[in-house]
Amino acid sequence: MTKRASDVSVSPPRRRSKYTLAPLVLISANVVLFALFFAWPAVIGLVYSFTNYTGVGAFQFVGLDNYQNLSGDSTFYDALSRTLLYTVLFVPLNFVFSLLIANVLVSRHAKGASVARVFFFIPWLLSPIIVGVLWRWLFGENFGLVNYLIEKLGGSAVPWQSNADLSLMVVVVAASWAWTGFSMLLFIAAIKNVPASYYEAAALDGAGPWRQFISITLPSIAPTSFIVILLNTIHAMKEYPLFASLNNGGPGTSNNLLVQYIYQTGFKSGQIGYASAASFVLMLILMAVAIIQMIVNRRVENR
Amino acid sequence: MTTTDMPRKVDSGPGRAVPKKRPGGAASGGLRRAVPATTLLWVLAAVYGFPVLWFVLSSFKPAGDLFSSLALFPDDPSLSGYKAAWDGANFSQYFINTTIVCVIATILTVGVSCCTGYALAKYDNKWLKVFFICILATTMLPSEVMLAPQFLVVRDLGLFNSLAGIIFPALLTATGCFMFRQFFLTVPDELIEAARIDGARELSIFLRIMVPISRPIMLTLAILSFQWRWNDYIWPLLMLNDPEKFTVQIGIQSLVGAQNINWSVVLGGSVISMIPLIVVFLVFQRYVMNADINAGLKD
Repeated sequence: MTKRASDVSVSPPRRRSKYTLAPLVLISANVVLFALFFAWPAVIGLVYSFTNYTGVGAFQFVGLDNYQNLSGDSTFYDALSRTLLYTVLFVPLNFVFSLLIANVLVSRHAKGASVARVFFFIPWLLSPIIVGVLWRWLFGENFGLVNYLIEKLGGSAVPWQSNADLSLMVVVVAASWAWTGFSMLLFIAAIKNVPASYYEAAALDGAGPWRQFISITLPSIAPTSFIVILLNTIHAMKEYPLFASLNNGGPGTSNNLLVQYIYQTGFKSGQIGYASAASFVLMLILMAVAIIQMIVNRRVENR
Repeated sequence: MTTTDMPRKVDSGPGRAVPKKRPGGAASGGLRRAVPATTLLWVLAAVYGFPVLWFVLSSFKPAGDLFSSLALFPDDPSLSGYKAAWDGANFSQYFINTTIVCVIATILTVGVSCCTGYALAKYDNKWLKVFFICILATTMLPSEVMLAPQFLVVRDLGLFNSLAGIIFPALLTATGCFMFRQFFLTVPDELIEAARIDGARELSIFLRIMVPISRPIMLTLAILSFQWRWNDYIWPLLMLNDPEKFTVQIGIQSLVGAQNINWSVVLGGSVISMIPLIVVFLVFQRYVMNADINAGLKD
């Protein structure tokens, strides 16, 4: 297999590039899709962010006004800071639980792992809308099972929906529950790839299971941890459907996150230009996240 | 892998509690480790499984019992919530719409990705490399960032308020192209050379040799694509304003966004919407579990 692969790279490229028509036909559909639904929107999005376009009619270029207004827009800041808070809460929670579950699932002492895996995986299949409805059903203030149990145990009903922070917490837990299955799959693959001999050697040196986890498992799966954190961070920064169905960004507008803010300004208030500017701020944040994590990762790997 | 006692002792996972020592050799050593690990596993599985279980069981309670009886199993199971959702709240229509979108989008996504992935893997032109970078670029700029301009483009193409407006923008998926590219890179070039010597033309090599052997990738991408489209929310929300064209997710969200939530209908409709994905997953479990989702989640 590898031998063949190297043959391929050695063979002169000139010989193969005589085929022009066939590859052109093969990629044509995707080229059209790329031009229509990626390149064109990306360009006009950038252009619109410098205009006062409302979606219909004429528009004027307003320079950096949109960006300037954003920097003084407290609603935007609230959405941004709420998004960051949500990300900071969700990513570690998801990380810890998916890593814990992956470890238990690959342990050969745990019986019935292949059946149990389905329980962790099904939440990931469900749409964010359904996840939101499901947790709203559990955490209803007047009717939910959780408050019923709390009252049964002698506590008083907790305002899961009308307190902004508690409301955010419920979404964090729901999101972590739903995304465990995905992160867990990545961790399982990584943990299975750690050579068993490492553990045998560590056991001979008298290392306990916890010590082995810290000294062998964690460092060995560092690249996967990086990917999990990166994907989860990017996912959290773009969250909207879960909020839409769980609490509608409420109570009030206190949990309107960035994408919801973009949706509201762009499509409810018709400020396409302004919403485009907000979109590009989101994009810059996402790129910054990716770049920071790449730098961190490189440093970890070079150590 | 081995049957000796040594590696068993080694790999116990994060389960901490150590029950008291028992006399005996390997067998009881295994048991000593098996009990805490298995307990932890199933406690976690119960915690993760319970919300869905509670939700599904609740959906069988008659509307009157929904809030009065908090028993796990309904005393008097009924399908009234399902009936109300399917007929009354028009979930049958939403279900049909979503199925149309998922099936067409999935077939086209697999087709487009297969062609592109094959071209990127097996031909060597400068402009193909440029296009590969273009495909990479789509993963950097998530669709959420381009909501407004993408909406305007699709509207100007005359696709607003149509199922086609949901289907076509979704066909461009980097994940799909990568999956096929990676697969076709492992297919030896000799296979193609031999076919060329036999006088086969380029596109018939692709259609008659390459497409059939890529069936496992097709199936994996089909499952992923089906899931993405079935669960899609924000794009259909923007595209559709005619309730006759709603997808299931939009239908559910419009119900829970209402002033007074009719939970009986919401529960029934939600469970209906979960069924196709869970069936697909249970049937094709091993493909989903083996999918190289490392390639990215861009949909």
